[in-house]
Amino acid sequence: MQVSREELLHIANLASLNLKEEEVDNYLLNLQDILNFANIVSKAPVEGLTETIGANDNYNVFRKDEVRVFEDNEALLANAPEKERNMFKIPKVIN
Amino acid sequence: MDITELTVHELMDKLKSKELTAKEITKAYVDRIYEKEKDVQAFVTTLTEEAISKAEQIDEKRQNGETLPEVAGIPIGIKDNICTKGVRTTCSSKMLENFISPYDATVTEKLNSQELISLGKLNMDEFAMGASTEYSYFKKTRNPWNLSTVPGGSSGGSATAVASSMVPWALGSDTGGSIRQPASFCGVVGLKPTYGLVSRYGLVAFASSLDQIGPITKDVEDSAILLNIISGHDEKDSTSANIEKKDYTKALKNDVKGLKIGIPKEYFGEGINPEVKEKLEETIKKYKELGAIVEDCSLDIADYALATYYIIACAEASSNLGRFDGIRYGYRTKNFTNLKELFKNSRSEGFGAEVKRRIILGTYVLSSGYYDAYYKKAQQVRTLVKKEFDKLFEKYNLLLTPTSPTVAFEIGTKSNNPLEMYLADICTVSINIAGLPAISIPCGVNSEGMPIGMQLIGNHFEEETILNAAYTYEQATKFREKYKPEFKGGAK
Repeated sequence: MQVSREELLHIANLASLNLKEEEVDNYLLNLQDILNFANIVSKAPVEGLTETIGANDNYNVFRKDEVRVFEDNEALLANAPEKERNMFKIPKVIN
Repeated sequence: MDITELTVHELMDKLKSKELTAKEITKAYVDRIYEKEKDVQAFVTTLTEEAISKAEQIDEKRQNGETLPEVAGIPIGIKDNICTKGVRTTCSSKMLENFISPYDATVTEKLNSQELISLGKLNMDEFAMGASTEYSYFKKTRNPWNLSTVPGGSSGGSATAVASSMVPWALGSDTGGSIRQPASFCGVVGLKPTYGLVSRYGLVAFASSLDQIGPITKDVEDSAILLNIISGHDEKDSTSANIEKKDYTKALKNDVKGLKIGIPKEYFGEGINPEVKEKLEETIKKYKELGAIVEDCSLDIADYALATYYIIACAEASSNLGRFDGIRYGYRTKNFTNLKELFKNSRSEGFGAEVKRRIILGTYVLSSGYYDAYYKKAQQVRTLVKKEFDKLFEKYNLLLTPTSPTVAFEIGTKSNNPLEMYLADICTVSINIAGLPAISIPCGVNSEGMPIGMQLIGNHFEEETILNAAYTYEQATKFREKYKPEFKGGAK
């Protein structure tokens, strides 16, 4: 499958990434290369096979829904790029 | 006696007989780090002073007659994508350059409960995406067998640190070969456990259905000892296997008589370096001499598996790495006027080129219009890969292949060609897709003295079989007595 420039920019936008002009050509080339290789999966004999979503067969692992308090709020907030009082600070969302 | 040349089981004996103290051992490693780190660049963070003071505390407890775990006082190195409370966990990324985990990974808790002493956090490809450790944001780690070559990746810092005797053993993580391939390149032992045997809680996620933490060690016995420590069910990881805990050291019987080994011929064909092939053929002969029943077999899935691996791993990565948004932790751009710009610029500036490449590829294969052609198809191939392995394990106890088609390559030769770098994983990725255990152990060196590794693949939760087979070969061939890294070659 041929990937267009517009498509790459659309995908980057979905992934919340900006690509610089000089990066676009390079990524386009790499992506095309890798996808050409990955196309081999279309030739695999998988007729009638189900999809495997994980490495083991676990399905719905349950535990009791109990509250466990994480005490160390300070350590959590210490990693925040910007904070105010006991909260993460972000730019204004609603005008 | 050079303390840093000893294996962990030898160190444990000397601690027990009081021939050595934890402080003497730790000090020897700290000195070794001061001596060698400048050449090999394996650490992101060193904890030398903390380690020595911890060792003093442990010695004091022992002197006071407290009963401590047998490994208490042995140092260790930890790959920098495993969370360690109060110590930076960077994933070798600008994104997490200053991230201090507020909690310990389950494996870190287990190391702490055994009173192992952390010497620091080890370099890796950014977010474990790579096969050479060249994609680290901080530095390029070098291979102690030849300083102008890569150590492999992504656990290149862990493999180099063990091979350079800067740590007696280390933890790595393996999503598509990231423990086994660097172990092979650096002439040490690397074990990727069965998916679910070791808790992933606190391992920064790359591809959740493929990731496993495992030991990188000097020999097979140490691998079994460290697996004993880190394995076990954990309710904090819903994919963790609820099975009885085993003592893997009991599996080391030094006997492979009657063991059925399959040799998948596709792993010895085109693309495998002739010297690697030759050495592997000697290995096969050795197993026959030791009484194993060795037979050729077919596992014609390598190309499908590699393509499937990159589709699934990138798809999962694109989703897992969505959490890095510059809000709660990690890098935040200075350049934004609204929230969308904050997300986009933080991610674009915080992630390196390879990570962005994989996020884009993953987003592409999951996007509408391509999901069926790539992602869904890859998941069906995953079923095919599992079935092919199942068939072989009906007949054989284990499979033997090279760990990597080549020895360590020169720094800079593949880093600008992503597809070529991906092809370096051809022998290892199918094991992660099927969730199987596999071990890489050194089986010789090539004409330039670079280590060659073999991979032994076992059926699910049959670590004992591959550990015993690896141990038996190791005892019969004694790689460590014949070869050691000489730190030759210069930085380019």
